[in-house]
Amino acid sequence: MGRRAAITLFAIALALPPVRADDVPLQFDDPGLQSRYTELIAELRCLVCQNQSLADSHAPLAQDLREQVHERIRGGQSDEQIIEFLVARYGDFVLYRPPLRFATAALWFGPLLFLLAAAYILVHLSRRRAARPAPLSDAERERLRDLMDPP
Amino acid sequence: MNRYLIPLGCFVLLVVLFGIGLRHDPSVVPSPLIGQPVPAFELPTLHDPATTVTDANLRGEVSLINVWASWCVACRYEHPLLVRLAREQQVPIYGLNYKDIRGDATGWLQNRGDPYRLSLFDESGRVGIDFGVYGVPETFIIDRHGVIRFKHIGPIREETLSEEILPLLARLAAGAPGPG
Repeated sequence: MGRRAAITLFAIALALPPVRADDVPLQFDDPGLQSRYTELIAELRCLVCQNQSLADSHAPLAQDLREQVHERIRGGQSDEQIIEFLVARYGDFVLYRPPLRFATAALWFGPLLFLLAAAYILVHLSRRRAARPAPLSDAERERLRDLMDPP
Repeated sequence: MNRYLIPLGCFVLLVVLFGIGLRHDPSVVPSPLIGQPVPAFELPTLHDPATTVTDANLRGEVSLINVWASWCVACRYEHPLLVRLAREQQVPIYGLNYKDIRGDATGWLQNRGDPYRLSLFDESGRVGIDFGVYGVPETFIIDRHGVIRFKHIGPIREETLSEEILPLLARLAAGAPGPG
């Protein structure tokens, strides 16, 4: 095919959203359930490929966990129950958004605190630099005059 | 003197934070099951499909549960240690054969030795999920009340044995108090 057409097709392919890595596609008849499923597996981390969500990961465990989520949605469980099921077994790390607890407070607020501390230090430093030097004493003023305008 | 205090303080703080943070292995996920009872399960054994084992069968003595599979390369590194552990210690080791094929699994044990009192056959991996398994091999220590006291992710090495597993087994055998 012509080069132009090939490049266009390639650009379109890049622009398309990534296809979900369902080795066995899990479907629901009800679009409401389908969207719950899609959202949940995008928010849950694959423990094996830890930079990927359950939606993206090809790992066998990810497939198993997707099936679990699918099964439980079909069984009528709520999102909270499904999340609770996974967190009880895998801990908070399975969530992309860790819950706000005392233990995770440093994670949530740490960056903001660092930013505020850095801002304070910068302001403090620049204020000190802008402070005016102490006024000269009489003897110092004399000396200055002699230096600037030697007799 | 004061001018250097703030940058110095920041530097010391960063050294401490990096010192702590860089020593962590981020791929190791701490298990929420420590201190929890063994999850309820009912599985056939690997060698005899007609025999079924449940979590209740584990109670009454300190034991190890080792998650393994014939397809798991890292398992081959720790297997000699397990064989030796089974021979030298009194503690029973239960195998949890995870997402494997019966023939492959039994053949693997035949070739490399079988340190397990018995192996549970978790073909679907469903029981593995209940144990929070994500990276085979994994090893759990269960106390006599059926409570999970320790989990090690990845193959067991000599240091794991000498520094963590054997001391804990000794403490549990001496009747250490329940999880606190």
